[in-house]
Amino acid sequence: MSPLLAVRDLHVGFGRAPKANEVVRGVSFDLSAGQTLAIVGESGSGKSVTALSINRLVDFGGGRITGGSITLQRADGSALDITGATEKTLRQVRGRDIGMIFQEPMTSLNPVHTIGAQIEEALRLNRDLTGQAARSGALDMLDRVRIPDAKSRLGYYPHQLSGGMRQRVMIAMALASSPRLLIADEPTTALDVTVQAQIMALLAELREETGMAMIFITHDIGLVAGIADRIMVMQGGLAVEQDETDAVLDRPQHDYTRHLLSAVPHFTAGKAARSDGPRGTETKPVVVVDDLVVRFPVGRNPFRPAGAVHAVDGVDFDLMPGETLGIVGESGSGKSTTARAILELTERKRGRLTVSSSRSRRPIQMVFQDPFASLNPRLNVEALLAEPAIANGQRKDAALLERMTFLLDRVGLPADALTRYPHQFSGGQRQRLCIARALMLNPDVVVLDEAVSALDVSVQAKVLDLLIDLQREFGLAYLFISHDMAVVERIAHRIAVMFAGQIVEIGNAQAVLSDPQHSYTKRLIAAVPAIERRNQHFSLDATQVPSLVRPPGYEPPEAVWRQAGGDHQVRLETVT
Amino acid sequence: MHYLAQRLLTFPLILLGVSVLVFVSIRLIPGDAITAMLGTEAGMLTPDQRAALASYFGIDQPVWSQYLRWLGGLLQGDLGISTIYARPIFSIILERFPLTLELALLAMLIALSIGIPLGVLAATRNGRPSDLGVRLLAMLGQSTPSFVLGIMIIFVLSVAFGVVPPMGIFTPLWQDPLANLSQLIFPAITLGFAFAASVTRISRSAMLDVLSEDYVRTARSKGVPALSVVWHHALPNALIPVVTLSGVEFGYLLGGAVIVEQIFALPGLGRLVLDAISQRDYALVQGTVIFIAFNFLVVNLLVDLAYAALDPRIRLGGK
Repeated sequence: MSPLLAVRDLHVGFGRAPKANEVVRGVSFDLSAGQTLAIVGESGSGKSVTALSINRLVDFGGGRITGGSITLQRADGSALDITGATEKTLRQVRGRDIGMIFQEPMTSLNPVHTIGAQIEEALRLNRDLTGQAARSGALDMLDRVRIPDAKSRLGYYPHQLSGGMRQRVMIAMALASSPRLLIADEPTTALDVTVQAQIMALLAELREETGMAMIFITHDIGLVAGIADRIMVMQGGLAVEQDETDAVLDRPQHDYTRHLLSAVPHFTAGKAARSDGPRGTETKPVVVVDDLVVRFPVGRNPFRPAGAVHAVDGVDFDLMPGETLGIVGESGSGKSTTARAILELTERKRGRLTVSSSRSRRPIQMVFQDPFASLNPRLNVEALLAEPAIANGQRKDAALLERMTFLLDRVGLPADALTRYPHQFSGGQRQRLCIARALMLNPDVVVLDEAVSALDVSVQAKVLDLLIDLQREFGLAYLFISHDMAVVERIAHRIAVMFAGQIVEIGNAQAVLSDPQHSYTKRLIAAVPAIERRNQHFSLDATQVPSLVRPPGYEPPEAVWRQAGGDHQVRLETVT
Repeated sequence: MHYLAQRLLTFPLILLGVSVLVFVSIRLIPGDAITAMLGTEAGMLTPDQRAALASYFGIDQPVWSQYLRWLGGLLQGDLGISTIYARPIFSIILERFPLTLELALLAMLIALSIGIPLGVLAATRNGRPSDLGVRLLAMLGQSTPSFVLGIMIIFVLSVAFGVVPPMGIFTPLWQDPLANLSQLIFPAITLGFAFAASVTRISRSAMLDVLSEDYVRTARSKGVPALSVVWHHALPNALIPVVTLSGVEFGYLLGGAVIVEQIFALPGLGRLVLDAISQRDYALVQGTVIFIAFNFLVVNLLVDLAYAALDPRIRLGGK
């Protein structure tokens, strides 16, 4: 039997001279009905372009298929070469034969139409359902992707739903046309890890139910380990390795695959946690945070607030010199607000912040998530690095220049970088610049808010190594905020788990990750994809994060802590 | 609803600001009501006569007291008496307003019904000859002053076709729609031409942005036909900047009516303002300007309502 999809020597180029600007340079693979292929690679590897070529959506992004063939076995048994198909035929193929879900659930649904209408449209176009039949079909689809209270959700607009819910709607919309092939382009990258686990579980279940084939595109090889039958690794527009999942993971043949598997942070439940610098009691903490509370008023009447968002609700921790405290939690857990409050970028409602610095007037500095947005494109590196010093009353003299070149060297950038502009650097290099800038004032503490999250996986590893080196050299303390457990595991000495504005568990990194005590920590760790756990399947868990909006005057109950070992404390769970 | 209430609350404040500006600026012009009314004969008045007249008009009072008196009348719907027409200003405005309103609305209708389709067409054919043609036309439209276009239209109509649009008197729509339209269509084209050009440009660039949005790609991925992608998925999202422009531009249309009504000799609000200014009829200038400002605010309130109708994120609140 011929495969559902056969791609042969596919070439795709962009721009006016697509032949000269090829992004995909000869990719071949087969996909049988019901099979799942994972395409793994970093940004620029051509994985998304390959996927978009299969339903020729690449045409709308300025791409041209410059060579090769894509043969699709259609439902009626005929074979169609997608590369030569007319737009009219392709419209029949899109939706009916090939469904697609995208990375950004926030922007992939049309904001002016209800989700019901958007699902109904797919049913109308591809299943010839109209009126009541389409409506009940849409309801059915929402039920199938396990959206609670589906009937009332049909009339919702996308902005009224959370990211995870929107991604379910996207899946429902793609499945409404009952495609035989579903292309999922990084469908969980923008989602929290527990939500990611739910979406993965859902996709696996739906695949069983419908028997459709899947192409799953991701940068995270650990994520697909449990779902893919085959893995294709892409680099620089070429498929460098493809084989059965177990073969690729256990016996990688190509250097790049080996690099992806070894250099990239993979979660190992505490085995990769740092063992250097155990906590001493004799040193004085550099930062002590005591009962930090940040609230944002809700309601439009400033004189009669309807309540407040308890973004951070009574957080205590301390940070020793040379130590990394990793704060993990999902979006909305208050981890970034905590960071901002410590830098006094956000006003705190209550709480004491004691900073004992030995060497700088500005002992706390910050590195932000997006290295593209946090460097002013009109300033060159010299001006960017001088800025914090000038803002603090220093002059741009020989000493300052010397410090700049010294730091550039330390973060691994050439000295001639000084005259260049941010756009001339890659994402990883820009983040190195941001780190150098944060170090200009010789701080004691650097707050790193998702500082490596926007970087490619192999660049992540290098920047993490750099951070560890700098920490040792300058005795820096890090407050490392991340949603990515694998990254935190690599860099943190201690970990604080935040949930709903509070720390629920804190302690030695190895202890917290290998022996989680709080139910939320357990859930969080169970949701992290890991190559080691590839045969252990994700389960559906519809636990919702509680609302953080509280009535005026509400105070959370006093935290009660339980000691779970030397340096490991757990907040007792109260039934609310 | 809260959003609307907020808008309604700022309404009187803006009007108050406009009233102060108008009141003060007209008093910065040299000369006064007496000179304006009597012309050179004003020089022959004795100081006593002049003082008596000044006290009759109330212009011997300090400016702030004049303003408060006028504001008091305004609140009761009394805009004062025009010196040139010797009639209540409010009734003059009501008489002239239908023409100008119809002219502006017609111009807007023409501009939107030409500009939006052209803009959409250009966006979907980005870079191709038809796009270049539309952009050239839009550039031409924006850079042609309305008095040039108006005079050209009159010239072509009268010389080539021997038709002269009826001037001087105005036939209201409800009396004779055909006569009314034949009278207003050319002034409306003149007035709406530049506006059509800017609508074209705005809807083109808004469409280009929206067509590269993720949700448009989603629509294509489910097999939505090209036409429906453009009109059903993209256009509603692209209309918001067009609506914003329309609100702002309505003010220009009312202002532009001053010129167009002059060219086509139409007795509208624009001509009224012009007459009032040239003959220094203070109360009439103040009254018409406040009235125009009021209409401008009403239109922008409608624009805000249109946002809510177009965009559920505004209608229903949320992130």
